[in-house]
This record gives sequence, structure tokens and C-alpha cells, in this order.
Amino acid sequence: MSANLERKLFWERVGRIGWSIVRGVIILGICYVIFYPLIVKISSSLMREVDMFDNMVQFVPRMLYLENYRIVWEYMDYPVTFRNSLVLTLMVSLMQLASCTLIGYGFARFKWKGQSLLFACVVFTLVVPPQMIMIPLYLNFRYFTFFGLLPEPGINLLGSIWPFVFTSLTGTGLKNGLFIYIMRQFFRNMPKDLEEAAAIDGAGAVRTFLRVMLPNAVPAMLTIFLFAFVWQWNDYFFTSIYLSNAKVLPVVLESVSMNIMNDINYIADHYRSILDNTGMILFIAPLLILYAILQRYFIEGVERTGIVG
Amino acid sequence: MGRPRFRLTRTRRQALTGILFTLPFAVGFVLFFLYPFLQSIRFSMSQLQIVAGGYRLEPVGLANYRTALLVHPEFLQVFVEAVFRTLVDVPLIVVFAFFAANLLNQPFKGRTLARVVFFLPVIMGAGIILQMESADYMMTQLRSAANEGGLLSGAVLRNFLYELRIPEATLDYVTSAVDRIPEIIRASGVQILVFLAGLQSIPGSLYEAADVEGFTSWERFWLITLPMLSPLILTNAVYTIIDSFTVGTNPLVKLVRSTAFGGGGFGLSSAMGVLYFLSIAVILLIAGSIISRFVFYDN
Repeated sequence: MSANLERKLFWERVGRIGWSIVRGVIILGICYVIFYPLIVKISSSLMREVDMFDNMVQFVPRMLYLENYRIVWEYMDYPVTFRNSLVLTLMVSLMQLASCTLIGYGFARFKWKGQSLLFACVVFTLVVPPQMIMIPLYLNFRYFTFFGLLPEPGINLLGSIWPFVFTSLTGTGLKNGLFIYIMRQFFRNMPKDLEEAAAIDGAGAVRTFLRVMLPNAVPAMLTIFLFAFVWQWNDYFFTSIYLSNAKVLPVVLESVSMNIMNDINYIADHYRSILDNTGMILFIAPLLILYAILQRYFIEGVERTGIVG
Repeated sequence: MGRPRFRLTRTRRQALTGILFTLPFAVGFVLFFLYPFLQSIRFSMSQLQIVAGGYRLEPVGLANYRTALLVHPEFLQVFVEAVFRTLVDVPLIVVFAFFAANLLNQPFKGRTLARVVFFLPVIMGAGIILQMESADYMMTQLRSAANEGGLLSGAVLRNFLYELRIPEATLDYVTSAVDRIPEIIRASGVQILVFLAGLQSIPGSLYEAADVEGFTSWERFWLITLPMLSPLILTNAVYTIIDSFTVGTNPLVKLVRSTAFGGGGFGLSSAMGVLYFLSIAVILLIAGSIISRFVFYDN
């Protein structure tokens, strides 16, 4: 082997190793940035207030202090609030899953006049910020007349789950335009033969959908369900409008630190921060556990649903 | 006769089934979207008063818009800042997501774990958490401490670049970008995944052909990877624009909300919302038409 080639191979190896070191550093750095808020939350939730003024204390408190969790847990009425949130979130995400799957299927596999116009409406719901229709939605549900069917003042649906039910079942809830879009992309990529085979066997549209299409769509549906679940769990915007006084996690979390401090007649930024961070840990812990178990479906789902195609 | 009197043709039946499947959306769109949308335009031109058992509208023309733009002490400033911030962030997020996806697409140990972490902000950095985090005392303290002392903080970098006689505008862009690195990383989760999915759907035969032709990795990137991913750049840019406009920490979003429920008046808040929507629509149109010029479609 000539010396020249040997030298070239040597430098190539150096380059490869050098790059993998650089890559490792970059990835670790990004991971650090991503974990940083979580580290801050965990560490300050375990602190006493004095630890915050202590210059010696960086992230690791002097003593493990679990009192914050006890107080916040109690004030949030965590078991009850958690159960309410879980029920609401499961209900909403399952409804959204059902409606978006049906709607996405309708867009993907059938052709009719006005289809592209209706699909433009789906895109339109994605583009308009929900903040813009916030006030009319609020008022319509506050004085709900079923669009003229019930006698005037109407009934007050705020504080009940009905606004969530109506919007979720019709595919107009939080980020539902995106879900419809993803399901449509997914069903579009299914081979036409499947349908034709089902048709030859004499299956109607509904049977074909239930027996042939749905079983194949399970991975995509799981992805939609997980996204809907996470976004609904985190959602403050709609939840605080529709259920402003209910015992659900986002609403309770938002006010828990002020409630505690008002009761003990002591208001301070540091203490508030400690309480807030404790509450946030209690809030996201279930999501993190869910993500740790099901991360495969979150990540592979996006790749497999053919959002790209 | 056993045959039904009334039979639909195949295309007719197809159309009818499609309409039935999408009917829920059509109904929901009209009732819970289009109607409120039009209402909010009407509200924005009215004075809205809550009276016993309902509300009353008094048309006031464009007074609310005038108040928002000319009288309101904060709106115009917050509005310009929000739009400017979006313009700064979107290219950074798309570029970062593109870079990160390429990184995660390379084979290395712990790749799956890295992907799980990169996507984590979508799970725990949304909605109420993001909102509370941005207002949290501890986080703000730490952030300002980092900006003062950190090696890579915008201020230090700014001094350095100033010595190099870099034009002021570029300087501002670079330094604000550096200060916002954490926010940008945390806003890129979905976009990274979309690019990653795109990278994996590029047929391997293209790269094999490139190897036969003796492409360098530089050429492979510019001649294969980038063109093949260009449609997704458009997708991600649109997604990012919408996301950054609707996220709960956006100051304008907060202002619209606090105006509505904080006593500023529903009419004024609606007017702000309409102006806000118009600015998104304009930015999306401009961005879309610019980017789609560079998009390469395979078929």
C-alpha cells in the first residue's frame, strides 16, 4: 500500500472520529437545553425558601424537602382533580379521534363536488388563531340557544363538558384540523386494491371502512390519540374558558400558588416560584410517564402516517 | 320485482358516502367556526354590552380599530413586536430543525434516545406549562444570570462582532438569535420529526447513484437531500408560523385575552383579534409564495 493512500485513510479516520465527537457534544448540549426547565422545576420544588437565597445552593437543595409537595397536593386536591382531568382528556381525545378518523377517511377515499372547498375549510381552521373566535364561542356557549332552536336567553353551557363534546365530535376542537389532515394523508396512501377487493366481496362503504381500513389504520390512530391527549391535557386556552371554575388540572394549577399564599398571608416571588414549580411537576408527571412508556408511538407515528407523502 | 326502484350510480353513491363521512365537519365548521368567525368581525365593529339574559350590540363602525391602533397604549407596540419575533424565529426554527434532523438521521449510539429527548418539549413545553414557565421567578432569574455571565450570551457576542465591523442589522439578528437558542430548540420538536420522516423517505437508490458518480458528501447534501426535502420546508415553515402566532406565551395572544376578560371590552378585543388574523394571513401568503418558488417536486 502506498504511503499516500495510508495517509489519506488516516486523515479520513481522524475526520470521522472528530465529527462524531463534535456531534456528541452538540447533541448533549441540545439535550441539556431541553432538560434544563425540568431540572429547574424539580430542584426548586424540593427547596425551602431559604435555599433560594443561599449562594451555596445550586440546583441541589441542602436537604430533601417534601413539604411543598404535601401543601400543593392538598390545595390542588390532586386525586380528585387528576381524576377529573383524566376523564375529560380521555373523553375529548377519544371523541376527536373518532371524528377526525371518519372525516379524514371521507376526504381521502371519495370524490364529490365541493370536496376541495370543504377541505380548504379544514386548512382555514388551522390558520385562524383560536383567539380570534374566542369571544363569540364564549358568548354562544354562555347563552346557548342551539342556534335559534331554544328560546332566548338560552342555557348556560359554560362549566359543563358540552362545549368540548360539540367541538370534538365535529372535528373543530383544539388542533383538529391537523388531525384531519394527517388522517387524510394516511388513508390516501392506502392501496386502492384493498377497497376493490372488499367491493368484490360485496362489502358496502361502511363495512369496508370498519373491516378493511380501520384495522390498518391503528398505528396512525394511536398517534392521533396520543397527540390529542397531550394537547388536551396541556390545554389552558379552551379549558379555562369552558371550565373556568372546575377542578381540572390546568385551571387549578394556574391559581394554586396564589391560593396557598393568600391563606397564609404571605406573598413572595420566591415562594410562589417554589409552589408553582411543585405544581407543574405534579401536572406533567403523568404525561412524562405516559411518554416514557409510549414514546415509540409518538415518534414512529409521525414517520409512518405519511404526513410527508 | 325484487329490484329497488331507486338506484344510485357508482359515482353518485361514492359522492354521497364521502359527504356523509365528512358531514360532521361541515356542520361543526359552520356552527363552531364560520359563524363565530363572522360574529367576531361583527363584534369588532360594535360596542358589546352584557345585559340581563344576553348581550346587546351597538354598531360603532371602525371605532374599535381606531382605538386599538391609535389610542391603546400597548397594542401597536406589542403587535409589531409579535410580528417581528415571528419573522425572526421562523427561519431559525426551520433551519435548526433541518440541521437537527440531519444529525439524528446519522447512525450513532443512543440515536433513539436522542430522538426521544428532542421530541420531549412537545410533551412538556406546551399550553399551561409554557405559560407559567415564562412568568416563573426562578426561570427568569436564571435566564438573566445566564445572559449576563454566559460565554455565548448575546451581549458578549455583540461586543465581539462589533469589533469585526459587522453591519448593525445583521448584528442585531445574530445576537437576538443567540439569546433565543433555548426557545428555538424547544419549539422545534414536531418540525424535527417531520424532516426526519422526510429524510427516511428519500429513496436510497438516489444516494447509491450519487456514490457511483463519485459525489462528495457536500454535493450529496445540496443536490439530493435539500431538493428532496424542500416540500417539507414549506410545510414546516407554515406550521411554525401558525404555531408561533397561537402559542399562549405570545404577548399579543395574552393582550387579546386580557383585553376581553380584563375589562377592556369585547369589541376592542375582537378588533385586535381580527387585525392579528389579517397579519398572519399576509405573512403566510408572502412566506408561502416565496418558499414555494424554491420547492422541488419529484413528480
